[in-house]
Amino acid sequence: MNLNQQPHMASPYAPPQPGYQMYPQPGYGAPHPTQQYAPYNGHTSLYQQGAPPAGYSPYSGFATKTYAANVLSDSFSSSPPNLGQGRAPPVSGAPPVSASDSYSQYAQGNVQNGPPSVPSQPQRPPVSQSYAPATVHPGTQPTYHQPYEAPTTSVQQITGHMAGMHIGGPAPNLAGSTYAPPPSSQPMSSAAFTSTGPPNYTPQLASASQPPSSMSMTPGPPPSMYGAPPTSQPSFPGAPTPPQSAFAGVTPAAPPVSQQSFPTGAPMSQPHYSSVPTSSSQPSMGGPVLQQPPFGAVPPASAQSQFPGAAQPPVSQPSPYHSVPPAAAAGFPPPGGATVTAPPRHPGMQGPPFANQSMSAPPASQPNHTGAGMPPGPPIGGVQGPPPQPGLQGFHPQQNGAFGQMRPPQSGYAAPYPGQQNFGIQPPPPAAAPPAQKRLDPDSIPSPQASETQPVQKTRHRIDPDAIPSPIQVIEDDKANKGSEPFITGVRGQVPPLVTTTFQVKDQGNASPRFIRCTAYNMPCTSDMAKQSQVPLAAIIKPLATLPPDEGPLHLVDHGEGGPIRCNRCKAYMCPYMQFIEGGRRFQCSFCSCVTDVPPHYFQHLDHTGRRVDCYERPELHLGSYEFLATVDYCKNNKLPQPPAFIFLIDVSYNAVKSGLVAVVCEELKTLLDHLPRESVDEESRIRVGFVTYNKVLHFYNVKSSLAQPQMMVVSDVSEMFVPLLDGFLVSVGESRVVINSLLDQIPEIFADTRETETVFGPVVQAGLEALKAADCAGKLFIFHSSLPIAEAPGKLKNREDKKLVGTDKEKSLFQPQVSFYGNLAKECVAQGCCVDIFLFPNQFVDVTTLSVVACSTGGSVYKYSHFQAQTDRDRFLNDLRRDVQKPMGFDAVMRVRTSTGIRATDFFGSFYMSNTTDVELAGLDSDKTVTVEFRHDDKLSEDTGAFMQCAVLYTSCSGQRRLRVHNLSVSCCTQLADLYRNCETDAVISYFAKHAYRTVLSSPTKNVRDVLVNQCAQILACYRKNCASPSSAGQLILPECMKLLPVYLNCVLKSDVLQPSAELSLDDRAYLRQLVSCMDVAESHVFFYPRLLPLQKLDVEGDALPVAMRDSEERLSRAGLYLLENGLNLFLWVGSAIPQDLLHNVFGTASFSQIDPNMTSLPVLDNPFSKRIREIIESIRAQRSRYMKLMVVKQDDRLEILFKRFLVEDKNSSGGASYVDFLCHMHKEIRQLLS
Amino acid sequence: MAMFQEFIQQNEDRDGVRFSWNLWPSSRLEATRLVVPVSCLFTPLKECPDLPPVQYEPVLCGRPNCRAVLNPLCQVDFRAKIWACNFCFQRNPFPPTYAGISEVNQPAELMPQFSTIEYIIQRGPPTPLIFLYVVDICLEEEDLQALKESLQMSLSLLPPNALVGLITFGRMVQVHELSCEGISKSYVFRGTKDLSAKQIQEMLGLMKPAPAGQPGRPPAAQEMQPTCRFLQPVHKVDMNLTDLLGELQRDPWPVSQGKRPLRSTGIALSIAVGLLEGTFPNTGARVMLFTGGPPTQGPGMVVGDELKTPIRSWHDIQKDNARHLKKATKYYEALANRAAANGHCIDIYACALDQTGLLEMKCCSNLTGGHIVMGDSFNTSLFKQTFQRVFSKDYNNEFRMAFGATLEVKTSRELKVSGAIGPCVSLNSKGPCVSENEMGVGGTSQWKVCSLNPSTTLAMYFEVVNQGGKKKKSVTLCWADVQSQMQHIESSFDQEASAVLMARLAVFRAESEEGPDVLRWLDRQLIRLCQKFGQFNKDDPASFRLSESLSLYPQFMFHLRRSPFLQVFNNSPDESSYYRHHFMRQDLTQSLIMIQPILYSYSFYGPPEPVLLDSSSILPDRILLMDTFFQLVIYHGETIAQWRKAGYQEMPEYENFKQLLQAPLDDAQEILQTRFPMPRYVDTEHGGSQARFLLSKVNPSQTHNNLYAWGQESGAPILTDDVSLQVFMDHLKKLAVSSAA
Repeated sequence: MNLNQQPHMASPYAPPQPGYQMYPQPGYGAPHPTQQYAPYNGHTSLYQQGAPPAGYSPYSGFATKTYAANVLSDSFSSSPPNLGQGRAPPVSGAPPVSASDSYSQYAQGNVQNGPPSVPSQPQRPPVSQSYAPATVHPGTQPTYHQPYEAPTTSVQQITGHMAGMHIGGPAPNLAGSTYAPPPSSQPMSSAAFTSTGPPNYTPQLASASQPPSSMSMTPGPPPSMYGAPPTSQPSFPGAPTPPQSAFAGVTPAAPPVSQQSFPTGAPMSQPHYSSVPTSSSQPSMGGPVLQQPPFGAVPPASAQSQFPGAAQPPVSQPSPYHSVPPAAAAGFPPPGGATVTAPPRHPGMQGPPFANQSMSAPPASQPNHTGAGMPPGPPIGGVQGPPPQPGLQGFHPQQNGAFGQMRPPQSGYAAPYPGQQNFGIQPPPPAAAPPAQKRLDPDSIPSPQASETQPVQKTRHRIDPDAIPSPIQVIEDDKANKGSEPFITGVRGQVPPLVTTTFQVKDQGNASPRFIRCTAYNMPCTSDMAKQSQVPLAAIIKPLATLPPDEGPLHLVDHGEGGPIRCNRCKAYMCPYMQFIEGGRRFQCSFCSCVTDVPPHYFQHLDHTGRRVDCYERPELHLGSYEFLATVDYCKNNKLPQPPAFIFLIDVSYNAVKSGLVAVVCEELKTLLDHLPRESVDEESRIRVGFVTYNKVLHFYNVKSSLAQPQMMVVSDVSEMFVPLLDGFLVSVGESRVVINSLLDQIPEIFADTRETETVFGPVVQAGLEALKAADCAGKLFIFHSSLPIAEAPGKLKNREDKKLVGTDKEKSLFQPQVSFYGNLAKECVAQGCCVDIFLFPNQFVDVTTLSVVACSTGGSVYKYSHFQAQTDRDRFLNDLRRDVQKPMGFDAVMRVRTSTGIRATDFFGSFYMSNTTDVELAGLDSDKTVTVEFRHDDKLSEDTGAFMQCAVLYTSCSGQRRLRVHNLSVSCCTQLADLYRNCETDAVISYFAKHAYRTVLSSPTKNVRDVLVNQCAQILACYRKNCASPSSAGQLILPECMKLLPVYLNCVLKSDVLQPSAELSLDDRAYLRQLVSCMDVAESHVFFYPRLLPLQKLDVEGDALPVAMRDSEERLSRAGLYLLENGLNLFLWVGSAIPQDLLHNVFGTASFSQIDPNMTSLPVLDNPFSKRIREIIESIRAQRSRYMKLMVVKQDDRLEILFKRFLVEDKNSSGGASYVDFLCHMHKEIRQLLS
Repeated sequence: MAMFQEFIQQNEDRDGVRFSWNLWPSSRLEATRLVVPVSCLFTPLKECPDLPPVQYEPVLCGRPNCRAVLNPLCQVDFRAKIWACNFCFQRNPFPPTYAGISEVNQPAELMPQFSTIEYIIQRGPPTPLIFLYVVDICLEEEDLQALKESLQMSLSLLPPNALVGLITFGRMVQVHELSCEGISKSYVFRGTKDLSAKQIQEMLGLMKPAPAGQPGRPPAAQEMQPTCRFLQPVHKVDMNLTDLLGELQRDPWPVSQGKRPLRSTGIALSIAVGLLEGTFPNTGARVMLFTGGPPTQGPGMVVGDELKTPIRSWHDIQKDNARHLKKATKYYEALANRAAANGHCIDIYACALDQTGLLEMKCCSNLTGGHIVMGDSFNTSLFKQTFQRVFSKDYNNEFRMAFGATLEVKTSRELKVSGAIGPCVSLNSKGPCVSENEMGVGGTSQWKVCSLNPSTTLAMYFEVVNQGGKKKKSVTLCWADVQSQMQHIESSFDQEASAVLMARLAVFRAESEEGPDVLRWLDRQLIRLCQKFGQFNKDDPASFRLSESLSLYPQFMFHLRRSPFLQVFNNSPDESSYYRHHFMRQDLTQSLIMIQPILYSYSFYGPPEPVLLDSSSILPDRILLMDTFFQLVIYHGETIAQWRKAGYQEMPEYENFKQLLQAPLDDAQEILQTRFPMPRYVDTEHGGSQARFLLSKVNPSQTHNNLYAWGQESGAPILTDDVSLQVFMDHLKKLAVSSAA
């Protein structure tokens, strides 16, 4: 698949060389920095050697363009390049020429940039402008920089830069897919781009495009590649400048990155290097191969290898990278300049190069970070680091000014973010003129080229999907960059690793991202800025999140009878941000500035730095998260709470009995009751349990331990619910074990012959509520319900499913509850601390919208098992139930988010109820529940102090202890939009957008909701383009590094089932998903919108690492493959129709494809490592999610495949959802409209 | 005189009837002058060992609005096989089965000695008896335990085929399903919400939709099916129910300090009634309510749950200060009427030290013929034995209880029916023999008596124009000659029956009128009677004489005036209701005991003798045994008490003393054996606090006011301002002879 894609890539590249090249390069470059590197190196050398603009020009043009593209892409927008470039480059063998033009342009731009940079700059000008700057930044060692940059770019491209650059994604994608191309591209970029490049490319591209990359690779590419590489190399030498520039352009950015990245990538890269040097060594590494390809033969292999690599992210990437490095290395070493570059680089470079290549992405990102605040640079050097930053800053202005942008990119590299921006700036863009072309990006990118290439470009109407930012790439890069080091929360305003990255957190004064994740870690200082950028400011808070064992439980602080120490005015709790003054006698609140006396028992002297001497002995003074023991003042009625209770309410109507539900539940409860949540100190859970069954009437059970047999109490008067008994209803499991078992044995028998089909629901909730009221405790109801409550009772519902309303203005009414009864009931529940979990087992419409109101307002969950059948759905249901029962939770909770002056929590999303504007009341709060809080400015923030937020949750623990959990988080504030964009968390933004949109469907037609979303996104990106990116062709899509995935993810949200339902989707399903999303954390929402697709056919059965995920697109699936797709709710195993026999045999134990049973819900247990490993993977994936996913086996071309395909979110879907590429184009159009 | 005594005795033995006048006046005017109306006490189920049951249907008069039963007073033409109804004079042919009739071959109903006859009606399937226990679980642990044991014990006393059901209540009301295995199941209702019978049946799942397409199916089968869940034959659920009762817990809802437990008696009864109404209408059924306190919530609540608000007293009622009284009474009345309409009776067993709301609930029993038993605790022999006695059997080994009686009175044209007083409800059957002048429950010639036992006695009042009687199961015929001679009429006066009949009228009035008004009315009647039948010289009290047949009457009235039936002083409203309830249904003998308790004296000077109910009878060397029906008091005189305390009875040489002490105990035992409900048994002595039971009953001939005037050492002074019989009589004479009256 990849290959195929790659070919595409390649082709695109060929056509819009500029753009494409850019992209590809970026993409590729990033991934395949090697290519670029190689070229770069060459270039650099070339550059150094001389400034043969002419020769270069084409080349350089290419290079530049590519670079530029890269740069652009790096910084921003590779996307535009991607779009247009992708194709254009490949297409255009010719483009090179144009490229040259562009180059010139670039050069100019570069020059501008260059000037500051160094003489080399002039040489590079075109390409290198940005580069040059970069180089400049680095210092006199332009070469280095250049090379670096190049690498960096590549790296960056791959990594953050990639993102930053363009669609970063593309780069990554490219990287993956590119790899294949890379070889070609490499040659292309480097060589191809060079003079020879174009022609070669074209052919290559053509060939490539047509046949899979591999194809192209092998046949055309090799030669071309060969040719190209050599050429490129030659070219480099020949036209040092261009290459340099190109390199510079590319490299500059890259270098820093690379350097930075190097550290991380180092190991890999080094080996590569080693290999690289040998060039022959390439074989070992995928990278090497690539390198080789650039050199010559490699390409095909590399391409292929890369592809595979792509499939297997780590490998592929590394390989490409590696390959790149080698190339780079190769390139570097050769050129004299290389020496310069080399030396520095070598140290770092070696690592870096590899890093760049392999690491490239990560490094890039690091660099970015570095730029921002990270001294990733350090490794490479103080040179890069320091210079870059300054340079960056300096550049920025420049960039803003004009081409300077280019530099910024560089600078960006240097200074991570700026760099990114710079990248985004795409020097080439200036050419923007291209708009003429239909395809915005592609066409637009190299206007000059465009003119030339236009025809070509037009021919390749399609944008190479590999050329656009790839989520997988970003995820993998983040893993590589941030997965190894613990995330230390001490520094204000750091962006934590992505949710997909496994990392350890060390609490040093800010709450772990597991508890709070923000959309922006640099808040704009003023509301104007915030409005301008349109970036939502929100925190996604998961107060009771489960921490991994190595991060330990939170400390419990007891401040004695007086309760926790708090600010007198705003009542904020003691936290690390409080400033002790007057020798420790008083403290000043960091939230409201009020000064409060320190109570005598809490007094402590201050040390010379003004910190309390006992600072590290008290968790509340140095940790971001901790708990207080609450006093009686924090309890309802000033009375310490009773231990909570669980009440199980089981539908025993005909449907429930027949589906086997009743039997399953009763059987399971017998064992499940032994696992109720408990404090670690308690031997036995203190939670009491009660049982109710119901159909049209309710049956309560007295299971008092002294009874010989359970007693059933029927309440038929459902119009005014009450609890018929007190003593004996809620019992301790330990004491009443025998009676409970007897009861659970009997329930299925008693109702085995029931003929009652009608059910009630409102009274059921009321019953539980009343029971808790009577027992005077908080608790949770588990309701197992089967059908629409049509029996005469409060809360009676009618069937209102009306598909005709879908898509109309009245559609919103479908999301509104049909009666207000449940809303009022929920209020009462909240007042009592009664959390409601609903398990639905409908065979037809049950009106989830209305029923779930109770759960959604009380902090409960809704589970839905349509057409439940005991045999097939048992595991899923039981696992959910087990988890739901066992998970740690707090009861009767109130959450309050306090913020420092200047911002204010204004809006909340999640499962809770609010009776005023500040207190989030949660009858129950479990470890999976998330509350999303939106902030608004009500004043200016200060850059110096930053902004603080404190989230305090008062709750009753499962043992009945009243506690306060406090999470503190400080974020930086910025006056520069660039800082804002550099410190964003796209996953969190998307999560927020989704929640907001899903709530808005209650009040607006879904179409409006979608439009608003698109619009806001466009504004965000346009604002970035306008204010942070270097000026460039309007045709270029420039995306901020941190947000380069915004379009793809947003598209996923837009086409999600709630906002754009498929015809067969029921209203219930939509309502179900809607409420589900509202309390998802970022990790869940991320995978929910962008499902994880794992290729299994080439599984490493020995290791315990998961295979690298793939992008969710059908064209990436191989007929001979086996893929696992999961989105947190569904789990599919897709089986290609050409699946190899042995795989078939190993996994399914069958001899032929047709013998696979599509109804199986678990894989057969076979005694072979492959089967074992796959089952392990499935288990481990299930373990990660809060809900158990039933395995569905989807055979290619089977009817189930339609369902499966809806989850391939990069593709068009049947209900009108746009493909990623199309959406990106659309988004670009929107942005351009905004800009004009 | 002797003639009348015999006649009266015979009448009572044979027919269970005592008339106030055994000769009737001939005109309305004369009847009015008699003061005491022509009326009778009728004990329908009086146990008559010689009465042969007749295994066929009665022969009825053919006239549609008459339907009188063939009886010995009818004129029979044996040859024409025709009989003439003695009420409407309609001539009726005998039915074919009477073809062999002749002067020598007469059916039982034509023989004069069978003026009362019992037909066993063969129609319809025999329906099992139904006992529905409605049990309060807001009791003290000890009480509840005792009650549970009594209930468990009662299961063995029920006929095996009887259907039994259980409803418990406290804050909630639970209807227990009895046929479940492995799990006990009950339906629960909240105690504050009144439900219609239909709702109750729906909620109990008794309204199964009839199977489609079979409308013609006999309803019985369907009805039986669902019903069985709550009402099961004793033999089937004996064990289950015993266990169930054994596991009954006190109402678990917390009762905070200063509160009464929430008790949903009203709803519990409503559900019991609704349940039976839906499942077994017109079948003999007993709802047996066991309650240990007042209803405190929901409809029918008598008092709030705040302990600081005491339950209503007579004082409150007179001041119109009883908030819940009217509403509750109305509620229970409605319930009682529903139950009565379906032929179900309601018993109330109320055991508590404080009042339990009998005043409001009494109608449930009064209208349906159920029992009311009042005690201090379920853990007393008073309750236990009384309850046991509910299930006592007669010499035929049949339960001394009957259900669903319809009492119809037929009169000849000279008499009209004014009304009845007793445990019955009107069936509103208008007819030519119904008088417009109502006395008691009037305006009808038919009454429903849902439950009755051999001693159940109704008072029937007539307006003289005509006369007769019938009964569904047994037919009693009463007649008397009409006399215009005043002397004869006077000698036919049955002063005992009259006293009871008048007392019933007075008590009936007292239920709705102010106490003093009733007393005034009673006094006026007495004075008028004395004026009419006394012999005196005008304005000369000393000359006043009453004939023998009237001589005791004023004394009865004296004691009646002091009785708890008319005096509420010192009695709670509940007690008054309780006393009145029993007074309104007991037979003549018991009623007289209630009006004027019997006092026996035991001494070394002779065999036990009845003595005057007078303070002069209270002597130091006597032991007194007083039976007031409700109490059985053994009172040891001062000396006797001292001896007893000294333990002489233990010494062999004072064996006689021991015997003396034992004698009243034995006699008391005898009374206890037969009395229903069990009287309160009091063993006290001179100066004992419980001696008040005795002192409050005796005629206060010696009080602190006149003690020295009498100057005798005999007797004990009673500390009261009540007038003594002597004073009463003096006044009566004065008024009777006064020409001003």
